[in-house]
Parts: sequence; C-alpha cells; structure tokens
Amino acid sequence: MNDIIRRDPRSEWIARNRLHPEHEAVLARIGGGAPVAQWMGPNGVLRRDPHAVGFIGPNGIRRIDRSGAQTASGAARREATAGPSRRLVRIETPAFLVAVVADMPGGRLSAYDRDLLGLARQLADGDGGGQGAVLLVCFGETREEGLGDAGVDRVVTFAGAQFAGYAPELRLTALGGVEHTHEPRHWLFPDSPLGGAELGRRLAARLGERPATQVWQIGDGRCTGRGAAGATDISRALPRIVLALPECAEPVTDTTHAAEPFAAPATLPQIMRRIDDLGAVAVDPAGVALAEAEFILSAGNGIDDWDAFHHAARVLGATEGASRVAVDNGFMPRDRQVGATGTWVTARVYLAVGISGAIQHLQGIQQCDKVVALNTDAGCDMVKRADLAVIADSSEVLAALVDMVEGVRKEQRDAA
Amino acid sequence: MQRDGKRSMTGGQPLTVAALVSVGRHPVTGRPRRAEFDARAVELGLSLAPGEALRLVHAGARTPDSDSALRGYLGMGIGAVEVLEQPEGADVVPALEAWVRTAAPRLVLCGAHGETGEASGLVPFLLAERLGWSLVCDLAEVEAVDGETMTVLQALPRGQRRRLRVRLPAVITVDAAARAARQSAFGPARRGELRPLAAAVTPDREAEGWARTPARKRPKRLKIVKATSARERFKAAAAKAEGGGGQVLTGVSARAGAEAILKLLREEGVLR
Repeated sequence: MNDIIRRDPRSEWIARNRLHPEHEAVLARIGGGAPVAQWMGPNGVLRRDPHAVGFIGPNGIRRIDRSGAQTASGAARREATAGPSRRLVRIETPAFLVAVVADMPGGRLSAYDRDLLGLARQLADGDGGGQGAVLLVCFGETREEGLGDAGVDRVVTFAGAQFAGYAPELRLTALGGVEHTHEPRHWLFPDSPLGGAELGRRLAARLGERPATQVWQIGDGRCTGRGAAGATDISRALPRIVLALPECAEPVTDTTHAAEPFAAPATLPQIMRRIDDLGAVAVDPAGVALAEAEFILSAGNGIDDWDAFHHAARVLGATEGASRVAVDNGFMPRDRQVGATGTWVTARVYLAVGISGAIQHLQGIQQCDKVVALNTDAGCDMVKRADLAVIADSSEVLAALVDMVEGVRKEQRDAA
Repeated sequence: MQRDGKRSMTGGQPLTVAALVSVGRHPVTGRPRRAEFDARAVELGLSLAPGEALRLVHAGARTPDSDSALRGYLGMGIGAVEVLEQPEGADVVPALEAWVRTAAPRLVLCGAHGETGEASGLVPFLLAERLGWSLVCDLAEVEAVDGETMTVLQALPRGQRRRLRVRLPAVITVDAAARAARQSAFGPARRGELRPLAAAVTPDREAEGWARTPARKRPKRLKIVKATSARERFKAAAAKAEGGGGQVLTGVSARAGAEAILKLLREEGVLR
C-alpha cells in the first residue's frame, strides 16, 4: 500500500474556484463521498452543513482554514497504522554460523536473550569473511512467535521430556551434537545463573576452549569483560565461546529474519546421568528475601485489620512488604520495608494495599513488572504508577480475594 | 542438631571433603580477606565433614597479604590450609587437579567465582570435566549423603529451591544462597597452620596478552526513538516519563475488584 500523498494542483484550484463549471464535481470527488458543506436548496436558499466544514487534522482535531489556502480534504488523513516496516533478510548460504543458546524462560525470548541475539547479529554481519547466520539453540517447546524479528536465521530445537527440568549433562551432549554438525564460529551464552552461565562453562570445559565471561562489549575482534568480581575490566581477543552480560548489545529492530528450523542432530550419544532432578521444593514465601521475592503483598497506612492482611498474604502465597509508615507505626518489622530506605524490590507482581505512593516508595518498586494498587484515593501517586488500580475499601476487596482463592482451591481439592 | 544429622557415614568412613579456597578482596576497601563464596563453601564443608575429614587447599602466590587472608579460613576452626605455591600468572587448574587426584576426596567444594584475577568461575567446571565427576552449581543445602549419592537443594533465582540427587564424587559450587560463613576467630587463626606444598607450575600463556584496567562504568542504554516524522519525534521528546497506561477501576464492588486482581495474578502466574 502506497502511503505517499499525491497532490493534484488543478483539482485543488478548481475546488477553490466556486465559479468553475466543474467545481461541484471536483468537490464531491475530493470529499470522497463526504457530505458537501453547502448547496443550493430547492427554493433558492443556500443551505449549509456546519459539520461538513473543514477537515480533521492529523492529531484528530477538526481544523477550519478560512484563508482558502487549504481545501477540505474530507475524511481525516489516514494515520500510518502499520509500524515501521522491517527489511526482510534471507541468508541462503551463510559463510559461517554464530550459535546463541538462549535461556528462553517460559519458552519466550527474554530481553536478555534479545540483547544476546543483537550481539550475535553484530558478529554475523560485521565480521570479515562473508555473511554469517545466527543459529538459535533452544531447549523445550518454543512459544515465541517473533524469532525472526529478534534476528534469528536458523533454529535448532531440542524438544522432549528428557530436556525438561534440570538436565545440564543432556543439554551439553545436545550442544556437542550442534558443534559436531554445524561447527559454529562463535558460541554466545547469557551469563545468567543456572542458565547460560552454567551451560556455557560446561561446554567450554568440554570443548577445551577458554571462554570470555561477563562480557559487556565486543568490537574489532576484541571483547571486554568484567574480572575480579566486577572490579576490573579484561580486554582480550574475542574467543570462540562468549558469556555476555545483559545489555551487551542493542536488540535487532530494523530487520526480520527467516528463522528457518534446522533439524536437530538425530543421534546423540548416550550418557550416564549423574544428576537427577527430583523436582521443585515448596518454599515458605515468608522466608524469601524481600529483594528477590516474586510476588509481594505490601501494606501501608490504609490497613486497619492486620490479621486479615497476614491471612491474605498466607492464602495468596505472597511475601509481605510494607511502606515506611506501617513500619514506623510498629505494625511490620523493619526488614519488610520497601522503598529508598528499605529494600529495593524486583517482584514480578507488586500488590500495594493502602499505600499512597511516596516518591521514596515508588523508587523502591521501580523494577517491578506489574503493580496493582488497592486504595480508596483515586488521585494518589500509587494509582498513577499502577498497571491495575482498584478504588475501593481495601479490607473488603482483600476479603473477597481471599474468599475467591480459597473457593477455587476447595473446588480443586474436591475434584481431585 | 541438624548439623549432626547430615554427618552420614560412607561404609564406616566419614565423608572426605575438600574445599578450594582463594584470597578475596573486599569490594569497598580493596583489602585482602577470605573470599565470600569460598568461606560459605568452607562453612558447608564444616557441616558435612568434622575435623580432619575436611581439607582446605589454596593454589597461588604466597605473600604476607595472602597469608593473612588465608588465616581468615583458619579462624573458622580449621587446623591447616594446604598451600600449593604457584607464581603470579600461573594456571592453577593442573596443580589443583593433581592435588585432588592424590587427596581423593569424595566431594570438592568451592565458591562460584573468585574475587581477584580473572574470576571467571571456570575452575570447578574444568576440574569436574577433567576428573569426570558430577558438578552441581549454586548449591543451597545438602540434605543427605548416603554411600554413592547425595540429595541436595539447589538455589534457583527468586528464592526458589530444587531438589537434586547427585552421584558422588562431585564438585559443588556455592554462592550467595548458601548459609553465611561463621565469623573468623583470631585465636584459631593464629594457631592454625599454612602448610606449603610444592606443585608443578603451568604458566598461563593465553592470559599474558590481556589488558586489565580498573572497571569502567558501563554506558547506560539510551532510549532510541525511531520516528519517521517530525511530529513523532516531538511527541517522543515531549512525552512524560510516567506511562500511566494503567487501568483504574472506580466505583466497582469489592467482588468485581477482587476478580480483576485475581485475573492479573493468574495471567502473571504468581498464584500457586
């Protein structure tokens, strides 16, 4: 679809000239079926439609230009609704491969993975010796739709029950299979605990390569990584295996790639499993450190019934937090305080009950993904920050929430 | 006590444990100290193996500074630390591998990474690969040891735990999730012995060409505006930082509000 606006100066001139014989016809054509602003009535009276005067400007406001310089173009100019189009890139015969082993939590690319794919793209495109392709190795089912948009040319998926859970030895054999069949020029891993950090080091030890760890910059065949627990920078020639930190490169935004599936190596050598995964262990949410808790139920000055609050935290399985006021008033211990003077939390869901949101508190929850506010004051800062705000009495809503969760649990128990 | 419950016997023999310790560096003052994670590994070793069954080994250059740092481990109630003397810039893995082969412990503990030098955290991986042992990362707790296997809890992000059964012998790395190390006491630190051992030296040729500088602050990622028109550029520049795209439910019943919250909690998958 061509979005360029073509002007027709002659028809614009006719539209301005009311005495031109084709004036009415041209106006109707430009209007595109829009109602005409004025016409001669049957009794010789000039009739006007004030709503048809002017045109809708690009920001959605009706503009009336009486200077005559701009004629009514009728309908609003169509906004370019399609996002910035990406250039499609297909690499048929790559000169070399850059393998990326993404963590893919929940089967989707994380922001970290996208940064890493951006880095892989840099290596594949910028390196001398031909055009390379980015090979993504993922374990388990992928639910990610936009692999091509992230800059992936080829995908190898190791799906199957044996790769689920904690199976580092099996995954290592799978990577060995990829190494054997495709021989990528570089291996990129995220240096994330229990993900790429472990697998990358295992692969490096297996292949006898010396990896660069904690890498945050790559350029001109050299890489810079942190050493000595973050105290020094080590700059060295780029090795084959790189374990990179978050934000090591910009994610791909301009191009979209093919993301063709490669067949996984069919036969992997049988290995003796030395580590058996016995499954996750239920942890007490109250014992989880506030800074790393996943789901926090936080209380402020708006709480009257503290027993009900503690009960709700137990039922929801949430870690308890508190604002400074609640701590100062002695309702919650000091180590549960969230905010600038307390703990900076990183929860995925932060449920703030009766917290108005002082700036120090909002600083403490900057890194939370979803914030839910439960408050009686619709104008407070926490409601502005929140992704979902419920303006109601907090104790009633909490009680209803507890009832619903307990009801669902009871149904499940009865069904089972 | 829980500590005694874990002291299982393997065929009448107590479990032999070795801990690899290194010289740490205080992140603020820069003074040498016992390394944080290695001290946690020693703490775990003390809970698994009493007295002589736990052996500590350090590979590195001997200086007065490193000696005082190593005495930090002795102060935890350790009789002796064996020191494999290696010059500055040597590859310590072959020396450690040879030591582990002769000492033949069932379990090797170490911190997830060091605090000086490259601190890449590769030593346990290389050791496990060369010895052909099991390797478990980020251990939080050892639950039970019986004969050929042991049951451990592995620390996952966000305070979660996973139970694993690991075949012995094994190399285990420990990081911030494990129990904090006990304080180092001055008297035992003075009385303990640093036992120097001669070891073969392998120079680390690859690391000679590296440029090491004090860590530079990483550049902050800029918000990249990809605007095609002047109007979009202006909108992006003038936009308020506060998104405010949240949904506000006003004047709803408690039940409707709770339903909305419950829906969000389900979508995020935090409700178990």
